[in-house]
Amino acid sequence: MNVAIARERLEQPQPSANHTELHPELSHAHVRFIGIGKTYDGRQGPVEALKGIDLAIQRGEIFGIIGRSGAGKSSLIRTINRLEQPSSGRILIDQVDIAGFNEDQLVALRRKIGMIFQHFNLMSAKTVWQNVELPLKVAGVPKLQREQKVRELLELVGLQDKHTAYPAQLSGGQKQRVGIARALVHDPAILLCDEATSALDPETTQSILGLLREINQRLGLTIILITHEMAVIRDICHRVVVLEQGRVVEQGQVWQVFGDPQHEVSKTLLAPLQDTLPEALQGRITAQPLSAQSSVILRLRFTGGQEPDLGALFSALGGQVRLLHGGVEHIQGHALGQLLLSVTSTSLGADELRKRAKQWAQHVEVVGYGI
Amino acid sequence: MGFDRLWQGVIDTFLMVGVSSLIALILGIPLAVILVTSGKGGIYEAPTLNKALGAFVNLFRSIPFLILMVALIPFTRLIVGTTYGVWAAVVPLTIAATPFFARIAEVSLREVDHGLIEAAQAMGCKRHHIIWHVLLPEALPGIVGGFTITLVTMINSSAMAGAIGAGGLGDIAYRYGYQRFDSQVMLTVIVLLVILVAVIQLGGDRLALALNKR
Repeated sequence: MNVAIARERLEQPQPSANHTELHPELSHAHVRFIGIGKTYDGRQGPVEALKGIDLAIQRGEIFGIIGRSGAGKSSLIRTINRLEQPSSGRILIDQVDIAGFNEDQLVALRRKIGMIFQHFNLMSAKTVWQNVELPLKVAGVPKLQREQKVRELLELVGLQDKHTAYPAQLSGGQKQRVGIARALVHDPAILLCDEATSALDPETTQSILGLLREINQRLGLTIILITHEMAVIRDICHRVVVLEQGRVVEQGQVWQVFGDPQHEVSKTLLAPLQDTLPEALQGRITAQPLSAQSSVILRLRFTGGQEPDLGALFSALGGQVRLLHGGVEHIQGHALGQLLLSVTSTSLGADELRKRAKQWAQHVEVVGYGI
Repeated sequence: MGFDRLWQGVIDTFLMVGVSSLIALILGIPLAVILVTSGKGGIYEAPTLNKALGAFVNLFRSIPFLILMVALIPFTRLIVGTTYGVWAAVVPLTIAATPFFARIAEVSLREVDHGLIEAAQAMGCKRHHIIWHVLLPEALPGIVGGFTITLVTMINSSAMAGAIGAGGLGDIAYRYGYQRFDSQVMLTVIVLLVILVAVIQLGGDRLALALNKR
């Protein structure tokens, strides 16, 4: 099995005025950020929220933006529908620069870009029906068409029997479904999700993510989401960028970034999802071998490709191999995971065991020695 | 003193409070909307206008009603041609009620969650849509509550106006109760006022509650 994985991560494009001509493959992007910067006037002088962001988001993909709070995610996603005005750089949507748009053009643009929010932002004085109808009403859509569209969307999100309820009477998940229906009512090409599941419990999060996935597949919508939860990225995104202090520090296919995070921030964000050494095992491992018979503890990490062939692995290591801990999960068809093995070998040293195991896993380290 | 007189007093009080509060409602809401939307971060941000308007409102709010009424006498004569009677009282009452109500309505409008405005912008609302479909409906329960307070305050002020010859229950209480020591009339007026205020307050609270869907 070939361990080296073909890396197809997008090169960080260089900001330049005639960028689209230089990179024809990027000129077809649905949303392009070119050198986007954003500076706020803070109490202690100007604060740079975004610094030279270059990104290309393709049509029909679910694109995740992750980062710690204050990393600039919110500012970045809001520049797409100009709720936030970038201080520098350009944004192209369908190859059109939106910087110079006046109010009418912005309104037209926003009707093609739906948005959902962490706290749902539904009008409390309006019923579910009126909330979903509002974007159509202000656009001057005739009543009959409005009714048809609202009914259709409430059906899509599974709330047709709640249309007379007020938001306060709904659960969090139902509120977000209303938010989704409202965001889709103009048949947008892009859906922006601003921490859309962060206020929901895990079960409801799953159902909302399922709905978003379904919308992406059925309607071919480009979905751009920001989150601080890695699990959300893992569950529905195709590609991800990691943002830190206003800069892109890592980007790529989700399975790549998950399998083998490069940047410290990505590793920190991933930590809750990754298996660490179980406490029960910690007491049984020492840094130095206590005797010549001590077993070697190896950690094998699989960062993409097929499921590990255990039979072949074990015979390559020889001796007695015990599985202490481990597991494999699948992201975008790639097997990712880690195994913690205890190897008792009479002939091979720790270093040789590590080298042999390296043939079967992308990363191998000697964690310590068994007691 | 007969029942007719007392009844006339009630009618006059109603008229003074009703007309001045109605005008305050019509002028106060736009004033409040301008104050909120022209403020910092507002959808029609205009700091100079906001400051000027705010100062103007504060000016009238800081003058006690009794003094305002006296100071406005030439203006009142200009508008209604007399400084005596119900309609003469309506002028200073309106001028006192409008900034008062506008400030209360402003607070309710300001309390509308900024996220709702952002959501409205994101769905393609123009600014006037945001005022009409978001700010006003969301602030309505608070505005109704504020209007109730305005009505009660205007009953209070109208009694003061009565003391300088505007008519109404205040006038009756002053003339019969204070000048003639007729405690029976005084008591009747007090009871009537308590009932009036209670009915207004209860009605206003009920309406605000019914409108509040939060």
